Amino acid sequence: MSAFRLLVLRDLRLALRQGGDAAMVVAFFVLTVILFPFGVGPEADLLARIAPGILWVTALLAALLSLERLFLADWEDGSLEALALMPLSLEAQVLAKCLAHWLVAGLPLIVVAPLLALLLHLDAAGYPVLVLSLLLGTPTLSLIGAVGAALSLGARRGGVLLSLLVLPLYIPVLIFGVAAVEAAIGGFGVRPHLLLLGALLAGALVLAPVAAAAALRQALE
Amino acid sequence: MSPPPSPALPASGFAGRGLACRRGERLVFAGLAFSLAPGGALALTGPNGSGKSSLLRVMAGLTPPEAGVLGWDGASVRQDPAAHRARLHFIGHHDAVKPVLSVAETLAFWAGMRGGRAVAPALERFGLAALADWPCRLLSAGQRRRLALARLVASPAPLWLLDEPLTGLDSDAITDLAEAIAAHRAAGGLVAYSTHAPLPLDGVATLSLIDFATRAAA
Repeated sequence: MSAFRLLVLRDLRLALRQGGDAAMVVAFFVLTVILFPFGVGPEADLLARIAPGILWVTALLAALLSLERLFLADWEDGSLEALALMPLSLEAQVLAKCLAHWLVAGLPLIVVAPLLALLLHLDAAGYPVLVLSLLLGTPTLSLIGAVGAALSLGARRGGVLLSLLVLPLYIPVLIFGVAAVEAAIGGFGVRPHLLLLGALLAGALVLAPVAAAAALRQALE
Repeated sequence: MSPPPSPALPASGFAGRGLACRRGERLVFAGLAFSLAPGGALALTGPNGSGKSSLLRVMAGLTPPEAGVLGWDGASVRQDPAAHRARLHFIGHHDAVKPVLSVAETLAFWAGMRGGRAVAPALERFGLAALADWPCRLLSAGQRRRLALARLVASPAPLWLLDEPLTGLDSDAITDLAEAIAAHRAAGGLVAYSTHAPLPLDGVATLSLIDFATRAAA
């Protein structure tokens, strides 16, 4: 397990030293959400009604923003080649890199989301479920995104290709994430939605590392 | 020189039989065989594009061979790719160095991924001890190459695969590398490297890739 931890720590250290990614993701999230009251008007009722959707869609796009670099930098400087030849399996390494990505690009979103929800007049009943649904949903975004990032390695305009590959796969997470928050506000049961988000996460945890590792091996051939 | 192609793999060491490699539409080499006994060294020579790097990548398991088998101690490496990864060091064209990490951090990471801890001796061996705390973005190309080569010493592995290890190295560093390889071989280690300039080593077998080149594009 120590090679796994070493890789997570290295990616965190790189992200913190380069300083760009985490700050950029949060800044994008905050700025985009702030644009909505300007765009649709400051009417509290309207904003409150669309708040879950705004927060989830924006969180999803923010997570996508930093995904392109998940393997790209390692691929360009030869680190990926060396990593692929380490005793730790590539699947476990993908998992480690996803964990580091989530800590840098997912967790900060969850921290600022309630503050932005306040700005959008989200109903008080929605807050705990918003945080919970993001906690269950954003790791799935990192994992699915890793498959797209691995597949788009070596492609010109990889970022655009990545969006095309990954956004359709994000739709189930978006649907159940928003539905959970709306159910909480409407006084309905949130359990089924959260369970489905959990199921998506469980599935992605198993399948995404295998798929991403296969794509990385292909890219390295 | 190289033994004739035969399906039998030697009982000890690293060997390949009937290897062929395809890059895109082009068959780079075919019918290639080599044997490397414990303590042995193999220099891959040939003009640019003759497949030296491709052969090293096949040896490392990064590229699956189009045909043929690779064996370690008589068993095909295909049967246990994880064990093969654990026994080899591959130093490719790129140095795998991050600009924002320090020299010691970089080496500690790569060694740690293989469970190695000999960071300080490895830095010493390649003349980087004084630069241990420098961020890698300040290193010259030759110093980055030294840092990549220091990975060899920082964590032990029996098989070293070096792709153009001399690129950017000064004469001191070449001597350091030759000494490291000699010590590695004395301990029973194997090394295969591609090069255009001779490394000062004894008892090196040479494999000329041009002998296995194929003209027919399949």
